Amino acid sequence: MAIIETKNLTYTYPGATKPSIKDVSIKIEKGEFVLITGPSGCGKTTLCRCFNGLIPHFYQGELKGEITVAGLRVPERQIYELATHVGMVFQNPENQLFALSVEKDVAFGLENLGIPREEIRKRVDWALKLTGIYELRERTPTELSGGQQQRVAIASVLAMQPEVIVLDEPTSFLDPLGAKRIFEVIYELNRKLGITIVLVEHRLDLTAKYADHIIIMDDGKVVLDGEPHEILSSEEARLIGVGIPKATRLYQILKGDGIKLGGKVPLSSDEMAEMVREALKRL
Amino acid sequence: MIEVQDVYFKYPSGVEALKGVSLKIQDGEFVAVMGENGAGKTTLVKHFNGLLKPTAGKVLVDGVETTKVSVATLARKVGFVFQNPDHQLFSETVEEEIAFALKNFGFSQDVIEKRVTWALNLLGLTQYRKTSPFMLSGGERKRVALASVLAWDPKILILDEPTIGQDYQQKEKLRQFILQLKAQGKTVVIVTHDVEFVAECNPRVVLMRGGKIVADGEARKILTDPEILEQASIVPPQIAQIFINLADLGFPKDVIDVYGAREILLKAFRRRKT
Repeated sequence: MAIIETKNLTYTYPGATKPSIKDVSIKIEKGEFVLITGPSGCGKTTLCRCFNGLIPHFYQGELKGEITVAGLRVPERQIYELATHVGMVFQNPENQLFALSVEKDVAFGLENLGIPREEIRKRVDWALKLTGIYELRERTPTELSGGQQQRVAIASVLAMQPEVIVLDEPTSFLDPLGAKRIFEVIYELNRKLGITIVLVEHRLDLTAKYADHIIIMDDGKVVLDGEPHEILSSEEARLIGVGIPKATRLYQILKGDGIKLGGKVPLSSDEMAEMVREALKRL
Repeated sequence: MIEVQDVYFKYPSGVEALKGVSLKIQDGEFVAVMGENGAGKTTLVKHFNGLLKPTAGKVLVDGVETTKVSVATLARKVGFVFQNPDHQLFSETVEEEIAFALKNFGFSQDVIEKRVTWALNLLGLTQYRKTSPFMLSGGERKRVALASVLAWDPKILILDEPTIGQDYQQKEKLRQFILQLKAQGKTVVIVTHDVEFVAECNPRVVLMRGGKIVADGEARKILTDPEILEQASIVPPQIAQIFINLADLGFPKDVIDVYGAREILLKAFRRRKT
């Protein structure tokens, strides 16, 4: 069952002369891990803002076409209602943290929904533990490192127990190991809890291996949409200038040189190393 | 030349961000400062244009101590592009943003016009000339910030996380551009977490941890040493990971770029065949 579906979705920001997304028709199934990528300014963030109703309710502007999220028609529903289904983690965690303690920040969304105190307590603790920041619960978010802040932002979204979590470059300020750990947490939420993940990222080297589905946008349109191995090995993906994982790129170049490594196109270094190992054995 | 001599720096909050850093950067060098969050990377480079002054030790830019000149004077020589473009953008149009510093430096109107057009073109921003920087995407705003500094043609350029929010093509342009600056004898210092970008550029890498420099050398050597990298919370680039994984087959370990990897694998496959 599709949890997010758009048909010919076109949106123009107020005062803009041309639409930021054009004729976008996509389907995201429940439980999928979806990666959205494409050149900067291609409309990725704009599309995500439609998923939780920030567009059109907060940004206004002109929205045409259809969009349903968790069976709700976005233009007809309020943001607070959509927020219980779709959680959003923004690029810059500073933009979404404000409370005096980590715990209060994580509890804020639940308090607004009028959830009973005991239930809030339970969910906050659960979210803090799952993201590995339970020990930080009494600290002030603004005093935490970028990586810790990103985790608080994820925990506060997680506590709402949404069916979908949308993350817009959630690790851009993190060191590579910190980023890797965040992606592992996100992947676990997807696999263990069945939460649908929509991740906007440029750095496919770090993320392609987690995805079941990749959507590539360019100039406001969806240009490629499908299974990661297939999409990333396509000539189109390379021409658009998507950052194809280096392991994939190396595989393609060797193929051009007449060296055939068996199996599926690799997306990670481990897959690629294994293929080279096997191929050398066969010779 | 930038010379950092046994520098310590303590923030007013009491956090000691630099604990005895010494470093020399020659004219025309391309240096990537890497390391985990909170290692002191940004604190270190903010000393290069005098935004921060050492608590102890000295920083000299072309032989002049940064405590002896104003930040404004140093800025003419040392351009600094911040990590978060929103900390530096404020004008109503992209064009005005880029012209701002040029006006302050007292360039004539037609020089300003020429420089602005040049910078817009260079960073693919011409179509946004009359647009408000705040209407642009995160990646585009980042480029406006870069354009506004490049426009005054500083001799030393410091870029804090220049690849954040940039797609592959923009990164490739940035790489070409840095190489071009280097060829002109300019010094480029970047602070970055982007191991794949560094792997493609192969600059000198200065690795920091806990306010100290823990390694300094060619990217090809440093980014392929898993022990050093783990200390600094860095994951090796994908190509390096492949070769680290295959080390038992007798492959060299210090490979970080796709084309180097191709050469080595081609040879291996051809040798086994014959």
